[in-house]
Amino acid sequence: MHDKKPETLVIEPWRDPTAKPYISLSHVTKRFGNFTAVNEVSLDVFRQELFCLLGGSGCGKSTLLRMLAGFEEPTSGQIFIDGQDMAGIPPYRRPVNMMFQSYALFPHMSVEDNVAFGLKQDATPRREIRERVAAMLALVKLSAFSRRKPHQLSGGQRQRVALARSLIKEPKLLLLDEPLGALDRKLRESTQYELMNLQDKLGVTFIVVTHDQEEAMMLASRIGVMNLGHIVQVGTPTEIYEFPTSRFVADFIGSVNMFAGQVTAEGSHFVRIAAPDAGCTIFIDHGVAAPPNAQLWVALRPEKINISREPPANPAENCTQGVVDGIAYMGDMSVFHVKLDTGRMVNVTRANLIRHAEDTLTWDDRVWLHWHPASGVVLTI
Amino acid sequence: MMRPPPLPLGDRLASGAGLGGRLLVNLAPVRVALNLLARIPLSGRDCVIALPYLWLTLFFMLPFVIVLKISFADQLIAQPPYSALFDWATQGYLTIKLNLGNYLFLASDPLYLNAYLKSVQIAFISALICLFIAYPMAYALARADAAWRGVLLMLVVLPFWTSFLLRVYAWIGLLNNNGIINNLLMGLGIIDQPIVMMRTNFAVYLGIVYAYLPFMLLPLYSSLEKMDLTLLEAAEDLGCLPFKAFLTITLPLSLPGIVAGFSLVFIPSLGEFVIPDLLGGSETLMIGKVLWDEFFSNRAWPIASAVATAMLSLVLGIMVFQQWLEKRAEAGR
Repeated sequence: MHDKKPETLVIEPWRDPTAKPYISLSHVTKRFGNFTAVNEVSLDVFRQELFCLLGGSGCGKSTLLRMLAGFEEPTSGQIFIDGQDMAGIPPYRRPVNMMFQSYALFPHMSVEDNVAFGLKQDATPRREIRERVAAMLALVKLSAFSRRKPHQLSGGQRQRVALARSLIKEPKLLLLDEPLGALDRKLRESTQYELMNLQDKLGVTFIVVTHDQEEAMMLASRIGVMNLGHIVQVGTPTEIYEFPTSRFVADFIGSVNMFAGQVTAEGSHFVRIAAPDAGCTIFIDHGVAAPPNAQLWVALRPEKINISREPPANPAENCTQGVVDGIAYMGDMSVFHVKLDTGRMVNVTRANLIRHAEDTLTWDDRVWLHWHPASGVVLTI
Repeated sequence: MMRPPPLPLGDRLASGAGLGGRLLVNLAPVRVALNLLARIPLSGRDCVIALPYLWLTLFFMLPFVIVLKISFADQLIAQPPYSALFDWATQGYLTIKLNLGNYLFLASDPLYLNAYLKSVQIAFISALICLFIAYPMAYALARADAAWRGVLLMLVVLPFWTSFLLRVYAWIGLLNNNGIINNLLMGLGIIDQPIVMMRTNFAVYLGIVYAYLPFMLLPLYSSLEKMDLTLLEAAEDLGCLPFKAFLTITLPLSLPGIVAGFSLVFIPSLGEFVIPDLLGGSETLMIGKVLWDEFFSNRAWPIASAVATAMLSLVLGIMVFQQWLEKRAEAGR
């Protein structure tokens, strides 16, 4: 299905079959009683990657993170960090540090002491501790707050203390559990960039756990989407969004219109799919590896559908009609809820390119929807 | 939104609802009384706050003032057995006779100083023993399965359902020369003559530690239970060994519980009378017992009052110190 994957110039070690993974999970399973939290997960993460584990609550992403940190031992399977098997190694001996979702700052210690805590455990000379803590606090712009206690800081400042504390030992791997979850939206955006810059500057490998797909898309070099203990797809943000391999991923990342259908005509570089719900035949301009008459789904992103009052040039294919049922104005774009003639509801978004458009679509307008043959993603599972 | 200021109590009564209320209000004497009441600037909230203060004044402050007054009097063989403090002498002079002799006597007779020191020593060591026994218990309790916690806590509180005096008497039965423990040990042939445990300091320590252990355990439990366990994970993650994490994280964070538990054991054991009287011997000289003897055996009310006042100021000093510690610990959170 992925014969049209874009070629990028970024160095992507996961595309190089000879590249040695830095963190490697092989068939890792974790059971709690009868409940399987993580099921047969195999995953390779490369040096200096910013890898995001994305999934809803209870999908096993946090358990996976805790196994990497050493708080949980896998029921079966192996974890390698920099070639070293982590089995039986307690958290305090692992070259891994973690930034907790709640930050877990020590409430009775000042910012300085919190950050210095990790270094103090290794009998680092005092002078060196002082210098490294000062440098780290400068890096996260908290030098002025070194004597404060955690409860005297704002949420964003606490987040930076937690980050500084987990980075001070220069771990091989930094685990971040919902690092931006407790911040408000505006702060989250600026912190995201800071986090990426910091990762770039220090060259530490990051594994981030999040349920927020926007956060994952923005931060990650690659995303691993998790569901029910499995990793269902691993890929770059673009791959995950534009080339989902399952209905779950297509539906989980962003919003999508899904049409069930069957192949009616097939060629080496095209396929026609009859989708009764859509009210038209869907033409896809690439081949599909599926047996004829098999049940298929076509996923169409709302922004990839054109909406207009006039019929398109070729209304024979990839074109259907409906009535505007509802409009959600979001500022940068508008979401149109269109009721197709088949009775099916479809979401279509349109960028608000003109500030004060004369002739805008409105409720009960009869509209044509059409899309490019490359827009539909064919899914078999 | 602004909240209207609370109406004075009288106004609220005067605006009283119901026909009966209105009829009552129209009666002249009631109206006058209510008008007077309305002038007192007391809101309902003030009244609620005033209640505990009233209670404390009536049942704590007032008796203490009486004791303080007696401590400055002369001992008399009369009814009551002490002299008056205030005297209306002739020609309209009010004479106040303050006898500081009782306090000077306390300072000069080593019996009292020894009793104080011994009490402080016994109370301090008992509190320390309680702390060492209760801390692991509280820790286990706080980390126990949530389903079991209620039952375990219940077991801690259960002895309170029996009278304190009875429980102390039970120890006599256990510790006596022909008590259960000695009989058992002799029956098993481990010893051939009884170990003297009754009427020793050991028995007093045992009694105090036994009786006051829950007072140490409960505050420790509450401070350990509310601790965020991810803090320990964070410490371990940063390379801290579990035992060191206990010393650097758990222990400092449970300090408020330690301070509270320590004073809850230390302060009442300081003035403890029943346990040293029933379990202790002549070597156990505790201030509570001295106080009792002065009041009831010697009928020396002024001296006894002076002893009580001195003890109270000692406890007060300790409490101020404890409050200071607690504030500091709070500020550290």
